[in-house]
Amino acid sequence: MALADETRVPGAPRNSALDWLYRREGRQIIGQVLIVIILGAFLWMVVSNTIYNLQKQNIASGFGFWDNTAGFDISQTLIPYSATSSYGHAFWVGLLNTLLVSVIGIVFATIVGFSVGIARLSNNWLVARLATVYVEVARNVPLLLQLFVWYFAVLKNLPGPRDSIQLPGGSVLNVRGLSLPAPVPQSGAGMVLVAAIVGMVAMIALNVWATRRQRETGQPFGRLLPSLALLLGLPILAAALMGFPFTFDYPVLRGFNFQGGIVVLPEFIALLLGLVFYTGAFIAEIVRSGIQGVSRGQKEAARALGLTSGQMLKLVVIPQAMRIIIPPLTSNYLNLTKNSSLGVAIAYPDLVSVFSGTVLNQTGQAIEVISVTMLVYLTLSLSTSAFMNWFNSRMKLVER
Amino acid sequence: MKKLLGLGLAGAVAFAGLATGASAQQKTLDTVKARGTVNCGVAPGTPGFSNPDDKGNWTGLDVDFCRAVAAAIFDDPTKVSFKPLTAKERFTALQSGEVDMLSRVTTWTLSRDSAMGLAFAGVMYYDGQGLMVPTKLGVKSAKELNGASVCVATGTTTELNLADYFRSNNMTYKPVVFEKAEELNAAYEAGRCDVYTTDASGLYAQRLRFKDPSAHIVLPEIISKEPLGPVVRQGDFQWFTLVKWTYFALLNGEELGITQANVADMAKSTNPEVKRFVGAEGEFGKGLGLTQDWAVRIIKGVGNYAEIYERNVGPNTPLKIARGINNLWNKGGLQYAPPIR
Repeated sequence: MALADETRVPGAPRNSALDWLYRREGRQIIGQVLIVIILGAFLWMVVSNTIYNLQKQNIASGFGFWDNTAGFDISQTLIPYSATSSYGHAFWVGLLNTLLVSVIGIVFATIVGFSVGIARLSNNWLVARLATVYVEVARNVPLLLQLFVWYFAVLKNLPGPRDSIQLPGGSVLNVRGLSLPAPVPQSGAGMVLVAAIVGMVAMIALNVWATRRQRETGQPFGRLLPSLALLLGLPILAAALMGFPFTFDYPVLRGFNFQGGIVVLPEFIALLLGLVFYTGAFIAEIVRSGIQGVSRGQKEAARALGLTSGQMLKLVVIPQAMRIIIPPLTSNYLNLTKNSSLGVAIAYPDLVSVFSGTVLNQTGQAIEVISVTMLVYLTLSLSTSAFMNWFNSRMKLVER
Repeated sequence: MKKLLGLGLAGAVAFAGLATGASAQQKTLDTVKARGTVNCGVAPGTPGFSNPDDKGNWTGLDVDFCRAVAAAIFDDPTKVSFKPLTAKERFTALQSGEVDMLSRVTTWTLSRDSAMGLAFAGVMYYDGQGLMVPTKLGVKSAKELNGASVCVATGTTTELNLADYFRSNNMTYKPVVFEKAEELNAAYEAGRCDVYTTDASGLYAQRLRFKDPSAHIVLPEIISKEPLGPVVRQGDFQWFTLVKWTYFALLNGEELGITQANVADMAKSTNPEVKRFVGAEGEFGKGLGLTQDWAVRIIKGVGNYAEIYERNVGPNTPLKIARGINNLWNKGGLQYAPPIR
């Protein structure tokens, strides 16, 4: 009771039934309950008022539209889709298109960012200056503007389908996009797939073994070449043994366009270029600051131990720089995913274009559609965040 | 990111509008009178229908209709605040109360009437969907378009008709869907698509903005019905009736031969129909919540339907569209208004 007495308001009556009201905990609980009630009442008011007004204005509500026929087509579909599919189906098509450009964009933006970030620290005057110019230009021009530049630059400079540029290997480039030959598996292709999976598992096992051996014996193991041999060599070997069980579906000019093969849309190319170029600049700055954040003493100590400059970078500088790099890197990955919604301006059929564009307009159900869209972006962002937090905890400095 | 923010804002506005809009119902006219202007949603750039000229003044058939409504209420056709809206934004803006009405080449359909809380007040322009191709493609009919890439605007009936037309003719196509006419035009001109599709009037209008309009032809097929007209929210009959009768007044004015030039003299007319129109007989303005000379104000402000048509899209304008089915019913067209009595 001594503690409780200390938190009492001076001069308050003792031993009364309302005693706890005068304690700090008591008052805090009352305050919090009040806030929850007010918040709940406010939400209830907003929701019930909205439903009432929707009904009064004769606007349909609910998700009944989800299974209705969409009636429109989409230019890029990763899953089978046609105009007779449902709105729900269109949602998944849009979501997958968003994920496709985001994931590929993140991979390339990371590569560009790390290369340029390291180049900015180069002792070569020209390389360092060029990297600086790139970073300053890309960071300081609005992304939407960059997308228009890329899109119309791509469109303006490519020929029409009838004057297409023939690339080696049967690929074709024109204003309608890049048409690649699509591999069509024949009998025996299954074996190649099995070989690829076996190769991947073997590579992981090899790496685990090499790490353990180095930890126990101190003997390093050159893992790059054996890894590559397992990952690529095994499937190639299997394919050769089965007599290359693939034929190719080559794009052919029929009527207005090239038919067949895999088509990479110019909208996709432009959006990807824009996102990579823009986000890459931010990542470059993060990488530069991460590397510069590692204290000079660490590098000097590494040299004193006789490490080569490659070893120094790999074993001393990068592990410590990563701790600084990962948190801001995560927010740039999130930005890239969210920025991909700008693709709607250049006709890329992402979630915002397909779902909260066409579907919203054909159904008129703004509240439902916008809520779902926001929920999707929230989920994407939180998942990316969760993954990067896990990665960050692995890369953290081990404190002993 | 900016788009997302915009969308979020649109959602928030829609939500807030719908959450608090109860009192705004039924009283659009009072709100408009108190505000002093009509908030009218128009297309951002469709020559002949709604397009800002080189001095920044809005011109076109659709914007003149907004002015007609303002004239009926305020006796001043300039008391309109124009809100340019893309096809995608238009219905949310109307539903949430951001605009009092839409007059922006919007097609009247069943689902818009029944599930979206919209009320179409009439058909200002009877249109149909057309297809435009570069002349050098050598295409003479829409039936030859199998496998073509087609540029189209998002959130329109056009997007759906296009899918229907190709499907029912067993043809395939690749859609390229844009939000704004500017990007749509630029992509089509850069050769991204073989075909440009929208309402036929829209094709003529957008073609005027091309570098070389003569290098593109509109194919003869009209693949849909597109009755385009002004839209209001459901639930406010007074406002709906006012907008509807503004449209009818334009038509009746033309039928009775009342023009911007002679409307002042018409007050002396002995024709009972004209007398009712100018308010010399009967008390029609009161029922609409307007003054007795409401119809005179409209004609004085913007002219009758024929004058609006000739000024914006008729044969003497760059669009050169003949009256055709948009002529009055007694001249072989579809435009028909109930009598004022």
